[in-house]
Amino acid sequence: MFDLFAKVFGRDDASKEVAKERLRLVLVHDRASLSPQALENLKNDLLKVISEYMDIDDQGFRVDFSRHDESMALVANIPIRSVKRKSL
Amino acid sequence: MGEAIVITSGKGGVGKTTTTANIGAGLAKLGKKVALIDADIGLRNLDVVMGLENRIVYDLVDVIEGFAKLKHALIKDKRFENLYLLPAAQTRDKTAVSPEQMRELVTQMKEEFDYVLIDSPAGIEQGFKNAVAGADKALVVATPEVSSVRDADRIIGLLEAQEKHHPFLIINRIRASMVKKGDMMDIDDMIEILAIELLGVVPEDEAIVVSTNRGEPLVLNLQSRAGEAYRNIVRRLEGEEVPMMKLEDESGFLYRLRKIMGLKG
Repeated sequence: MFDLFAKVFGRDDASKEVAKERLRLVLVHDRASLSPQALENLKNDLLKVISEYMDIDDQGFRVDFSRHDESMALVANIPIRSVKRKSL
Repeated sequence: MGEAIVITSGKGGVGKTTTTANIGAGLAKLGKKVALIDADIGLRNLDVVMGLENRIVYDLVDVIEGFAKLKHALIKDKRFENLYLLPAAQTRDKTAVSPEQMRELVTQMKEEFDYVLIDSPAGIEQGFKNAVAGADKALVVATPEVSSVRDADRIIGLLEAQEKHHPFLIINRIRASMVKKGDMMDIDDMIEILAIELLGVVPEDEAIVVSTNRGEPLVLNLQSRAGEAYRNIVRRLEGEEVPMMKLEDESGFLYRLRKIMGLKG
């Protein structure tokens, strides 16, 4: 009965959508040859450098790949708590 | 001068050998002179799929090591006299052959044949490197599953890095009924993800198992959907524009009825 219902109204949980989303993510890493661990290291390095210039919220700090058609971008979302006053 | 085409996939069990056998037989049926090379040294199978396993005397490694002449190692097919198989060695491993030796052999064979089809082993190691070394073109076989698509993507990356290969996609074992329910990636999904040109789509077909049991390529079976798909692929390789076959729901009433009545799908 549920199957019929699902068929008539279309399913949001169609497993191919899950497959595509998982593939999309895994292929970005495969193609960039960056493992999740490497991405984590990159994030930590960025955090270190940026922290020298401003006070950032490391909990809200996100680094990820973003793909638009054929091109790929590294997108970092860095919430700033405060910018340090120039000490010189 | 003929053309050398490697059939590869990364992942095992997606249908490389079946694809090689069927494209080979299909091209031979069109009157082309075709040689199939089983490059899966140590795990040969193209011979059984072709039904030629009892005729093997010499193999690929024998030819490369100069122990046998190419013309003595080539096995003539039962059905087509312009179709030949160069079997893999069963008791050796991939290191018995180098990419340079393969390139040399394939170049030599292209002088004599219109098509040289190379059945690649699974994986991305030396066996794969040997198989692609002499190829002008690559056919990447993938089924609509995450593992297969992921491996195909990796293989495409490796082929494109070598630049001389222009990879084409063959989607294998697609099931219209599952696609319809949204439980299997469809043709557009796969092309979008892999971003290479599509050469053909082969539907899941029980007749493949039967034809492999008998050692007779399915491409000769005019009743079978998969056979028709292979015939279309062969015509596209020959430069003909053939529209993609419409996928039919194999669980549908009409399809079953027509199948019972023995009509072509």
